[in-house]
Amino acid sequence: MVPTEIRDAIIDILADIAPDEDLSNLNDDQSFRDQMELDSMDFLDIVMELRKRYRVQVPEEDYVNLESMASTVSYLTPKMVAVA
Amino acid sequence: MYDTIIIGAGMSGLAAGIRLAHYDQKVCILERHYTIGGLNSFYRMNGRDYDVGLHAVTNFTEKGAKKGPLARILRQLRFKWDDFSLSPQKGSRVVFPSAELRFNNDIELLRSEVARAFPSQVDNFEALIAKILDYDDLDQEAFEISGRQVLNSTITEPLLIEMILCPLMWYGNADSHDMAWGQFCIMFRSIFFEGFARPYKGVRLILKNLVKRYRSLGGELKLRHGVSKVIVDNGHATAIELDNGEIIEGKRILSSAGSLETMRMCSDVSEPDTSKAGAMTFIESISVLDREPAKIGNDDTIVFYNDSEKFNWHPPADDFCDTRTGVICSPNNYVYADEEGKLADGIVRITTIADFRRWNEMSDEDYARAKLKWYDKSVEASVRFTPDFRPYVIDTDLFTPKTIRRFTWHDNGAVYGAPEKKLDGTTHLDNLFLCGTDQGYVGIIGAMMSGISMANLHCLRP
Repeated sequence: MVPTEIRDAIIDILADIAPDEDLSNLNDDQSFRDQMELDSMDFLDIVMELRKRYRVQVPEEDYVNLESMASTVSYLTPKMVAVA
Repeated sequence: MYDTIIIGAGMSGLAAGIRLAHYDQKVCILERHYTIGGLNSFYRMNGRDYDVGLHAVTNFTEKGAKKGPLARILRQLRFKWDDFSLSPQKGSRVVFPSAELRFNNDIELLRSEVARAFPSQVDNFEALIAKILDYDDLDQEAFEISGRQVLNSTITEPLLIEMILCPLMWYGNADSHDMAWGQFCIMFRSIFFEGFARPYKGVRLILKNLVKRYRSLGGELKLRHGVSKVIVDNGHATAIELDNGEIIEGKRILSSAGSLETMRMCSDVSEPDTSKAGAMTFIESISVLDREPAKIGNDDTIVFYNDSEKFNWHPPADDFCDTRTGVICSPNNYVYADEEGKLADGIVRITTIADFRRWNEMSDEDYARAKLKWYDKSVEASVRFTPDFRPYVIDTDLFTPKTIRRFTWHDNGAVYGAPEKKLDGTTHLDNLFLCGTDQGYVGIIGAMMSGISMANLHCLRP
C-alpha cells in the first residue's frame, strides 16, 4: 500500500467506528482526539481493526504515533508497504 | 472450545458479545431465562407491550455529541445514533413535602431550581459539581468513600442533600441509606449532566438491535441454558456445566450473573458470603389509561417523591412494601419524533420499595391477593404527588421482586446488584471476569459500557 491507500484504509476504519462522523473535512495534521473526541478505547479499536483487516501489529508503545492522520500514515507506511 | 463464554443475555452480556464476535472470537452467550434483556427485558400481555425495568434511558446526549457514555458505546458497538432512536424527556421533578426541584436534560434548569428553593446553597451546589467533575471513574478507593459524608461536608441544608440523593439512589443505588461516592458521581452525571430519554418502541428496540448485530457477527445465543457450575481446576476455570448437565468448554468466562451468584457457581467455592447480597428491590405498578397523562394535567416524565424531610432508602422493616417514597414514570411524556406520533395507550408506572423475602415466601393464592392489594396501596401513595389517574385506568399489571428474580436471577431480586462493586471485574480465578451491575455501572447505557469495557480489558487485549 502507498500512503494515499493507507489514508483511505484509515478513513474506512474511522467511518466504521464513528458512523455519524463527517470525515470529508478531516484535518490530517490535527489530532483525532481533538477533532473526533476519540479516547483510549477508540485507539485500541483502530489498532485492532488494523490487525483484523491487514494483519498489521501495532505494539502498545507505538500508540503515540496514531495521534493524527498524518502521523498515522507516516508510521504505517513502512509497515504496510507489503500489504496488497 | 469457545474463546469466551458469556453468562447472561442482558445489556452487558450482549454488548460484550458484540465486541468479541466483531474481533472474530468464537463466543457463546448462555441465558437461563426464555428471553433476553435481564432486568431490561420486555413482555406482552393482553395484547399490549410492556417493558420490565425501563423508565428512562439515562446518559442521554443529543445526536452529534462525541463525549459521554452514549457516544462511546455507539462507537464501540458500531451503531449509529439513530439506531437507538432515543427521544428526550419533557421534564422531571423531585418532590418532598416542603420543596420541589424540577430538572430536565439541561443542568441549567436544576441550577436555577436550587437557587430558587435553596438560595443559601448556590455556591455549595457549585462546589459539589466541581467535586463530581473531579471524580476519576476507575479509582476503587475514591469510589468507596461515603457519598453522604462528601455531601455533608459540601452542602449545609440537609433537605437539599436528601433531595439530590433521592433520584440518584432510586435509579442506581444497591446499598441502603448511604451511597458510595463513586456511584453517586456516576449517577449524578448520567441523570443531571446527561439526562433521560426513551425509544418510542421501548427497550425492545435496543435489545433487538443488539441481538441482530451479535448474530450477524457469528455469535451464538442460547436461551433456557442456565449455568449451574463453573468447573475450576487449580485457580483456572476450565468449563461450565449447564442446568441440564451438559459441559461447555471455554478459554475464558465473562459473567453478568452477579458477583455472589457467580461465586456460588464456582466448584472451588463451598459457601459464598451471602451477607454481601444486595437487598434493594421493588414492585412496579403499571396502569394503562384511556387517555394520555397530559390530558389529566400530568406533564412530568419522571417524579421522584418522598413524603417526609428525610429520604427513606431501606428495605421495608415490617411490611411487603414501603410507600413513603416512590417513582412515577409516564412514558408518554417524552418528546417523540413527529413521524412516530404518540404511544398507543396512556401509561403510568409506579415503583415502590419492596421486601424480597415476604414476596417470595407466599402461597400462589396469597401472592395474587397481595398483588392486588399493593397495586392499590402504591397507586394511592403516588397520587399525592401527581394528578389522580385512577378513574381512567383500563388495565393494570404489577410485577414484584419474584418477577425481578426470574428475569435477573439475582439474589433477593436485587435490582442494582450487590453494594460492593468490583470495578476491575477480576475474580479469584485468572480467566473468570465479571460484568454487569456488580462490576459497577448500572442502567441501560451503563450496563452496555460495563460489558464493553470488561470485554476490552480482559478478553481482547492481544
